[in-house]
Amino acid sequence: MTENPTYKKKDFVSDQEVRWCPGCGDYAILSAVQLAMTKIGRKKEDIVFVSGIGCSSRFPYYMNTYGLHTIHGRAPGFASGIKSANPNLSVWLITGDGDGLSIGGNHLIHILRRNVDVNLILFNNEIYGLTKGQYSPTSQPGLVTKSSPYGSIDRSFTPAKLAIGAGSTFFARTMDTDPKHMQEICLAAEEHEGASLIEAYQNCVIFNDGVHELFTNRKTRDDHCVFIEHEKPMIFGKDKNKGIKLTGSTLEVVTLGENGVTEADLLVHNETDERLAFMLAGMRGPELPVAIGVLYRVKDIHYDEEICKQVEEVKAKKGPGDMTALLHSGETWEN
Amino acid sequence: MQELDSVVIRFSGDSGDGMQLTGTQFSNTSALMGNDIATFPDFPAEIRAPAGTVAGVSGFQVHIGASEINTPGDEPAVLVAMNPAALKANVHTVKKGGTIILNMDAFTDSNIVKAGYVSDPFTEEKLEDYLVIKANITKQTTEALKDVDLDNKSKARCKNFYALGMTYFMFNRELGPTETWIKEKFGKKPVLVDANTIALKAGRNFAETLEAIPNTFVVPKAKIEKGTYRTINGNTGTAWGFIQAAEVAGLDLFLGSYPITPATDILHELSKHKNFGVKTFQAEDEIAGICTAIGASFAGSLALTTSSGPGIALKAEAMGLAMIYELPIVIVNVQRGGPSTGLPTKTEQSDLLQCMYGRNGESPMIVVAASRPSDCFEMAFEASRLALEHMSPVVLLTDGYIANGAEPWKIPDLSKVLNQINVKKPTGDSEQWLPYHRDENQVRTWAIPGMAGFEHRLGGLEKAVETGNVSYDPNNHETMCHIREEKVANAAKNIPAQTLEGEDSGDLLVVSWGGTYGATHMAVKQLQEEGHKISLMHLKYINPMPSNTEQLLRSFKKVVVAELNLGQLRQILNGKFNLNASGYNKLQGLPFKISELVEAFKNELG
Repeated sequence: MTENPTYKKKDFVSDQEVRWCPGCGDYAILSAVQLAMTKIGRKKEDIVFVSGIGCSSRFPYYMNTYGLHTIHGRAPGFASGIKSANPNLSVWLITGDGDGLSIGGNHLIHILRRNVDVNLILFNNEIYGLTKGQYSPTSQPGLVTKSSPYGSIDRSFTPAKLAIGAGSTFFARTMDTDPKHMQEICLAAEEHEGASLIEAYQNCVIFNDGVHELFTNRKTRDDHCVFIEHEKPMIFGKDKNKGIKLTGSTLEVVTLGENGVTEADLLVHNETDERLAFMLAGMRGPELPVAIGVLYRVKDIHYDEEICKQVEEVKAKKGPGDMTALLHSGETWEN
Repeated sequence: MQELDSVVIRFSGDSGDGMQLTGTQFSNTSALMGNDIATFPDFPAEIRAPAGTVAGVSGFQVHIGASEINTPGDEPAVLVAMNPAALKANVHTVKKGGTIILNMDAFTDSNIVKAGYVSDPFTEEKLEDYLVIKANITKQTTEALKDVDLDNKSKARCKNFYALGMTYFMFNRELGPTETWIKEKFGKKPVLVDANTIALKAGRNFAETLEAIPNTFVVPKAKIEKGTYRTINGNTGTAWGFIQAAEVAGLDLFLGSYPITPATDILHELSKHKNFGVKTFQAEDEIAGICTAIGASFAGSLALTTSSGPGIALKAEAMGLAMIYELPIVIVNVQRGGPSTGLPTKTEQSDLLQCMYGRNGESPMIVVAASRPSDCFEMAFEASRLALEHMSPVVLLTDGYIANGAEPWKIPDLSKVLNQINVKKPTGDSEQWLPYHRDENQVRTWAIPGMAGFEHRLGGLEKAVETGNVSYDPNNHETMCHIREEKVANAAKNIPAQTLEGEDSGDLLVVSWGGTYGATHMAVKQLQEEGHKISLMHLKYINPMPSNTEQLLRSFKKVVVAELNLGQLRQILNGKFNLNASGYNKLQGLPFKISELVEAFKNELG
């Protein structure tokens, strides 16, 4: 094994001009991911970025790694094929709320179910951008768009609940305005063996500007997001004086020091607790903050390893394939 | 004992009666005894269609011979009918003067009604033209098994071996191969080994003592080319051909597939052979099946996806993507009756235009077709070779008839044939390398993840010549469309010249393609023997066609294209070469009969 080279961010910048709208949240994500790539300890030639169709799916063109820009919604299929063919690769999948949850919803749940060791970043801006502004499966009901001039009548997905329901082994949430956090989450995803789904709150400056403003604006973020960490109590707020308390099966916001509430009363995050992850997934303002960070992380068998293991097991059992023997297997006769 | 040159037998019964197994045993035994054979399994789409109805009848026709056999035969000389519905469904296909063996125990009032008879089936069908052997097959099987420790229902289930034993006596077949097979199949349950073996022998002995069978027959060994033979069906041959291609190319084989009739057996077969490094990925749908394959191809595997018409429709967008990526991948279409869900278990050739043109934009693709069960191995290899050597998706067309049909196959000597594939890996300096730089045949090279310095991005957006970067330039787009077209056309330099069966010129050229070869070959041969100036051109390489195709077509006064569709190849030929070919077409979910082709070609000859 040769030593991995030390990379700088520019090593991951391709020679292609980036063509997102000025002010688009995608720029910050691209930059954070390029930085994260310098830290994951993988050689550039062993990294593959795969995407579907949509604004975010132009991403692979801008990464100086191997890359595939594929067709709408199907990136999980391509990524699963790449990783199954060569499990040594670090495979990253870039998708959006339309690509990943609408046209590609089926493939998304199945890559999570099979637990293929791929890192998925779902850019959630709650709108179709590339087709110029229609409501998406994560748009809030009532949203007025070009295809819903009287308000959207569609109910919406919560990606975290969908992922946990589909058997995901890693789900994390991050945002375009916190590149440091995003890098940390990317590193955690790379480290996780199995499918890692990262939901990134991302702002579409043209068609859904400010949709995540409450959670992503530095001024309001601390009061409306709880940055969760494994085995740590859930504390948030500008003054670090608010916490999440579990009473019965209900989550509530409490203030430390009020009514005798101390840190010991607060809910402690456990990444391996599926029921807790589901509760955290559903937290949404204004009464509750949204949970940012790794909501759920467990170990389980992952497809890419299993598919290779089975090949090796059968080789060990039957011996390596012999074509002539196969052709002469069963009954043969001479003429 | 009467000697026959060939005979056609049809086993027919309810879906649960084990007729496929019975037919397969008769076929394999005959092949082992040196006959040439061709089989035609013909079964309903439903796993257990309503018992006793005509819709639920499952048939297996086998043609055995002492001379060359190329089709499962036009008219059975012997019909085994295990119930009234089987009689109703098949009696009209039996040769006049043929033998019909009936399981009388199944001719109950309710079964007679279920089969759609209104009165006595024997008078309704006017069976006086046939030799009818009425046997109490179920009762006699149960009786023969009275000392075996099984419940009566399980005993009755052995009746297919009893019927098989009867036909073994009629045609002087050896019991040995089937006895061996029973031992292997039921080895873990000795009681079933005993029961089935006893039933087989009892059926044979019953037939021997039965005066109703006035004559027995022998079909001597066929005089076929020397060598080691085995039986093969199309789907198995297809699966093995891909394994061979991957071995020769030095690549792992990856199959991304979704179950669909009649293609699923390729997935089953490849899943058995993981010791060859084969990876099979049963995807969540048809689209994911091809997408995983394209991903595996990008990562350096010999990748394929297998399906049938409805699945190919779903894969169309991804096929176009593989085309613009210029990655090697094989798409197998085991054609079935269409349109839509159509006739899932029946055969047809109506997906040719779908595979040639069924994509958005200018999307040329290499298309090849296997001609018979024993040709599938070679054509799967050829499809892989062309994909890898021309960096292009390739469609391999087979059909339900050759996929499930079996015949003897002279096992190829792989030290001499089907052992060379030139994989287009880049050579030289990565600094100079460009993803869409091409050789003299417009073929680019295949750099895969893991190769340092070759990092590149592929996409479905139009790409600039050489660099592959996204390009919206109008002239570049037109240039790229021409290049991709030319690249596929250049594959003509890498395929064998087209041959004819018969003279190089004459009154009538019959053109056929794919799985109809056996029938067109026999029909043309018969007419040639009668002195007609008729030749056969059977196409296996459809896009591109061999470069001498046009010249051959123009050497005949008339051209007729025989195909199991409404004239799809005819349309291509007439359009491409400005011909005025006529067509002989059939859309019944059934293969051609030799007799109907002979008649049609005679009409063309005038």
